[in-house]
Amino acid sequence: MLQVTDLHVTVEDKEILKGLTLTINAGEVHAIMGPNGAGKSTLSAVIAGKDGYEVTQGSITFEGKDVLEMEIEERAQAGLLLGFQYPVEIPGVKNIYLLKSALNAQRKARGLEDMPAPEFMKLVKEKLGFMKMDASFLQRAVNEGFSGGEKKRNEILQMLVLQPKLAMLDEIDSGLDIDAMKVVADGVNSLRAEERAILLVTHYQRLLDYIVPDKVHVLVDGRIVKTGDAELAKQLEANGYEGIEESAA
Amino acid sequence: MSDTQTFLDTLKTRSQQRETEPSWIAARRQAGAARFEALGFPTRRDEEWKYTDVRSIAQGNFALTDNADFSPAQAAALTLPVDAYRLTFVDGVYAPALSDVDALPETVHVLPLSKALSENHEAVGGPLGRLTGVDFSAFAALNTAFMEEGAVVRIAPGTVVEKPILLQFLSRANGTPVMSHPRILVEAGGRSEATLIEHYCGDQDAANFTNVVGEFMLDRGAILNHYKLQEAPLLDMHVASMHVEQGRDTRYTSYNLNLGGALVRNDLISDLNGQGAETNFLGLFFGQGRQHVDNHTKVNHNAPLTFSNENYKGILDDRAHGVFNGKVYVKRDSQKIEGFQSNQNLLLSDRAQIDAKPELEIYADDVKCSHGTTTGQLDEEAIYALRTRGIDEATARGLLTLAFAGEVLEKVTLDAIAERVELAVAGKLPERFNLAGLVETAVALND
Repeated sequence: MLQVTDLHVTVEDKEILKGLTLTINAGEVHAIMGPNGAGKSTLSAVIAGKDGYEVTQGSITFEGKDVLEMEIEERAQAGLLLGFQYPVEIPGVKNIYLLKSALNAQRKARGLEDMPAPEFMKLVKEKLGFMKMDASFLQRAVNEGFSGGEKKRNEILQMLVLQPKLAMLDEIDSGLDIDAMKVVADGVNSLRAEERAILLVTHYQRLLDYIVPDKVHVLVDGRIVKTGDAELAKQLEANGYEGIEESAA
Repeated sequence: MSDTQTFLDTLKTRSQQRETEPSWIAARRQAGAARFEALGFPTRRDEEWKYTDVRSIAQGNFALTDNADFSPAQAAALTLPVDAYRLTFVDGVYAPALSDVDALPETVHVLPLSKALSENHEAVGGPLGRLTGVDFSAFAALNTAFMEEGAVVRIAPGTVVEKPILLQFLSRANGTPVMSHPRILVEAGGRSEATLIEHYCGDQDAANFTNVVGEFMLDRGAILNHYKLQEAPLLDMHVASMHVEQGRDTRYTSYNLNLGGALVRNDLISDLNGQGAETNFLGLFFGQGRQHVDNHTKVNHNAPLTFSNENYKGILDDRAHGVFNGKVYVKRDSQKIEGFQSNQNLLLSDRAQIDAKPELEIYADDVKCSHGTTTGQLDEEAIYALRTRGIDEATARGLLTLAFAGEVLEKVTLDAIAERVELAVAGKLPERFNLAGLVETAVALND
């Protein structure tokens, strides 16, 4: 589904990713872990298409298509969705509007008609309930005045409505208390499906107790230095990144 | 030949063609012409016109027209889809075929000025020009010299007018540019309630000059909602002088929505003369290309316990130039007044320009007043966030632009008008921005 090959990325003339290779197949949940500054957030930002990242070498393909040639919105319409570590506040734009326009933009790109309003509201109501969110959220401006936990839940709500093929979640656990984490994890787990893949980027193993990954990659200094299963995350929790950094050096 | 002379010559020719008219009108006309000649067109040396150059009007050669021919199909396309009592003017000339005021209740009069003058000119003669006299500006004087047509609205005390009253001004693509000088006179009786819509629009290629004077008199307890939707063709020139007089416990709300015109100048003044009077000035101006949009507003707190609320939002793209000048004046010993003013501007391009000047002039000590103006740009982070959800860049920018206008736009309760504004400001959006119906559904789901 997603193929990242020998990816080199520079930010403000500093090379952050130094030859990263990663394959994600449908049905899989991957976790990328690593110390601060290793390039974890850079990877998801480049895949989503954020400005300011220069790809100097390598490629990213999604279902065989060259992601780097696609506009930001085309990536989302194709089913590549990024959940932000720090969701942006968008004053004046209602959540309900964002959800409806985003869903219909995706449908339009896939040659489908707009979803009829009653069907849409039924869908949104169901997902809201799942995320333990009140319907009043829909009328509030996107993330404006939301607590950290509410913002993260809102990111997952968008995922549940938009049903991406590949959901990338950047530090979705940061700033969450244990109850909020459970709700978020339930939301993410409900996305698990044969035709879908999930990429978790996280600093801490804690999240992986709730969302058990199929594969764990350790990202150190711009490269994946080790890949394993969920057990690897537990080892990291016990021993830290030092040992792995040394073995990589 | 001076700029004023061209206009005076046109006036002279017009007078010779005109049939006899009541002497008081002739006298006012002469006074207007004399004042116009003495004042001349304002220049940028005049403080009130510092940022607005009217040479494109002053040096223009505008004819007058006598026919109101307009294709009904095209008029229908331009007309706001609002169930309203309607008067239509084409280049200032009354168009009975495009008007419909038959179903008016007996207590409400909506008629063209020409008819009001011929039927009962004394009743009109009194209030006409009482608020906006020839001394107000060269444009007001010019309007008085040329005044022939316009709208007279009289609402009897206690009457609630259920449907809006729509005054529609259409501008045609003529061989030679024409000018019109409409007068609007509104007398809202005590405890009456009404919604008035002024709508300016026309042929895309029109390049005419409209110089309107509006006078609005609110008697004790009257409520008037006044929409001015200015969607004039992009080569039109538009000058409006609007003056509101508010008695005790009246409430006036202005929705001053400016989307069109090459050169636009609005003067809006409210005199709060009785205790409990409240005025709300809501404004939105949108400029693109080389449009120039100037809004001058003034609230005169002439009595204690009067309230004003002003919120103007400017959105400027390309090389458009906006001007906002808002003055709040509190007369000596007008205690316990509240006057709030806010002006926020959004520049969508590096070459767009805004000149904003809020002014407070207070001669009382027990008052609550505030004012502020800001200018900014769209949040690129927010645009990125919207795009990562599959929304294309143009739509994302449109949404954020509309969101900026939100505080003003949300108060526009007439959907037909809100839709026009949305379309102009944000382009064709996939959904109605306020999604009123959906939000109601969402609320219902909460139960």
